[in-house]
Amino acid sequence: MSTNGAAPIISVRGFEAAYRGDVVLRDVDFEVRRGEVFVILGGSGCGKSTLLKHMIGLFEPAAGVILIEGRDIAKSHGAERRAILARIGVMYQLGALFGSLNLLENVRLPLEEFTTLPPDAMNRIARMKLEIVGLADYTGHMPAQISGGMQKRAAIARAMALDPPILFLDEPSAGLDPITSAGLDDLIRQLSRTLGITFVVVTHELASIFAIADRVIMLEKTEKTIIATGTPAELRDHGTHPFVRKFFHRESEGD
Amino acid sequence: MPMEPETTARIHIEAAPGGAAKVTVEGELSVATLPALWAELDRSAKASPGPVVVDCSRLARCDLSGVGLLLEIDSRYPGGATFEGASEELRGLIGLFDRERARRPDPAARETVEPLPHQVGKATVRIIEDLRGEVAFVGELASALGAAAARPGTVRWKDALRVAERAGVDALPIVLLVGFLMGLIMAFQGAVAMKQFGAEIFIANLTALAILRELGPLMTAIVFAGRSASAFAAEIGTMKVNDEVNALKTMGLEPVSFLAVPRVVAGTLAAPLLAVFANLAGLFGGLVVMLSLRFPAVTFWNQVMDTVTMKDLLSGLFKAVVFGFTVSAVGCLRGLQTALGSTAVGVSTTRAVVTSILFIVLLDGLFAVVFYILDI
Repeated sequence: MSTNGAAPIISVRGFEAAYRGDVVLRDVDFEVRRGEVFVILGGSGCGKSTLLKHMIGLFEPAAGVILIEGRDIAKSHGAERRAILARIGVMYQLGALFGSLNLLENVRLPLEEFTTLPPDAMNRIARMKLEIVGLADYTGHMPAQISGGMQKRAAIARAMALDPPILFLDEPSAGLDPITSAGLDDLIRQLSRTLGITFVVVTHELASIFAIADRVIMLEKTEKTIIATGTPAELRDHGTHPFVRKFFHRESEGD
Repeated sequence: MPMEPETTARIHIEAAPGGAAKVTVEGELSVATLPALWAELDRSAKASPGPVVVDCSRLARCDLSGVGLLLEIDSRYPGGATFEGASEELRGLIGLFDRERARRPDPAARETVEPLPHQVGKATVRIIEDLRGEVAFVGELASALGAAAARPGTVRWKDALRVAERAGVDALPIVLLVGFLMGLIMAFQGAVAMKQFGAEIFIANLTALAILRELGPLMTAIVFAGRSASAFAAEIGTMKVNDEVNALKTMGLEPVSFLAVPRVVAGTLAAPLLAVFANLAGLFGGLVVMLSLRFPAVTFWNQVMDTVTMKDLLSGLFKAVVFGFTVSAVGCLRGLQTALGSTAVGVSTTRAVVTSILFIVLLDGLFAVVFYILDI
């Protein structure tokens, strides 16, 4: 999907993250354009998930701003905060489905809490969200009864319950076999193409990056900031930073 | 996240010539605008055997939930719906879904109540499976404890001491408080009745016997069930959910020997010690009431020593040993029986406490009969 020239839906400016005074990330600046699949890339422990958690408002930045559709999520409170949260959906690394609810009830939960739809309507909409992620035949299953890949897809369905224009996915391919992982990549592309959803995906799976990403930023843990930006092919072919080259050519740190 | 309607949407349903209906939707179809439209559909949709025509030409925007309304219209009319004036994008969205499937009710969405015979049958099977699990666990535990007795060096004493500290030393304040209050309340209630006969001096006898033979061990066991059986079940249950129990098995370690034996040994040793403290606190509670009735402490002491024999003390402590063993074993059993999922740990914890208290009461009844027959 070509998105050049589209207005930014998320802006991160002068962002800095710190835990107990220790700076984890600094001078992070980037923009996510409407409708693109934007991937945050990096090795283990480089702060990818930390950045994501700041972007969805779980933590407050030590410095800088994160704007979701022009609104500062960290400084928002009350109704404004809820309005911003209604525009985003999040899939956590392990799915974070509620174990006491079946899949249909998991997806129906946001509809029950935030809409006044009649029960039949909520069931129909929840079922459609599960159908679109390929789980139409598993509506009555409990999360513990389905595989890890299915749990992640159900978590995407739940994140889409209220049709937010932005979805954040934390490590969607982690712990999945290549076939299931490729299926999930196809789903992300399909949702991006057909529904125009903007995806912000944290991952370190090379195959996934080439399958889904329109643009990529790469974080690095010693420099604690973005070391490269571009399309996956640009980073692979023209990446100048040693870590980028090692990452894309699968070399170990000792090489 | 309240879904405030930011834009408006409307639905208009009319009967068309020949009995077929025409539905016009306009504006923005999203979760924010759907409730009103759905209510209007419920109100106005009339049964019509013919196909329904849905005019989508005035739709400004339609998201996935909006498509839900269109599919709902499609499934309400036996002849199905044709979507006129729909943009290519909307047709693409509708095409994502199986319309035949959308017409069938979802089994998961039906709030069905199972027939009573099914429920009774399932409950019976569950109880039998539960009993089988308990019998198997008793066997495994007995064998593991036998092996531990034969080779005490194989017991994980470090774990057992850690558990004994948490289940024993850390429980001391609550056991002392409960024991003291039990003694105080028993003596005070007794005083009210005995005062009528001028027999207040026998409060000491009543309190001492009741506390040493019955209430000291019983209250200790109930506190132990609430604090430690639940902790054992939650700890082992979380390990089970996180595959740690499977990890033990694949290392060639028996979960019962590795996890249950240290806890059962610690619990069996800690419970009678706690009961001794509960007894002392209970006697002190009785003493406080006696002092308040202007009896000197020495009178209380003499009455207690005249009434209580070593048999009373030891029978109570023996009960505490059995309670400690049972409660620890039940906690471990429920932990090892934990199913999958986050709610399973909560279920195991509850079952551990409930089963422990049930066993405590049953065993206490059994002891009462046996001690009576043996004249203890």
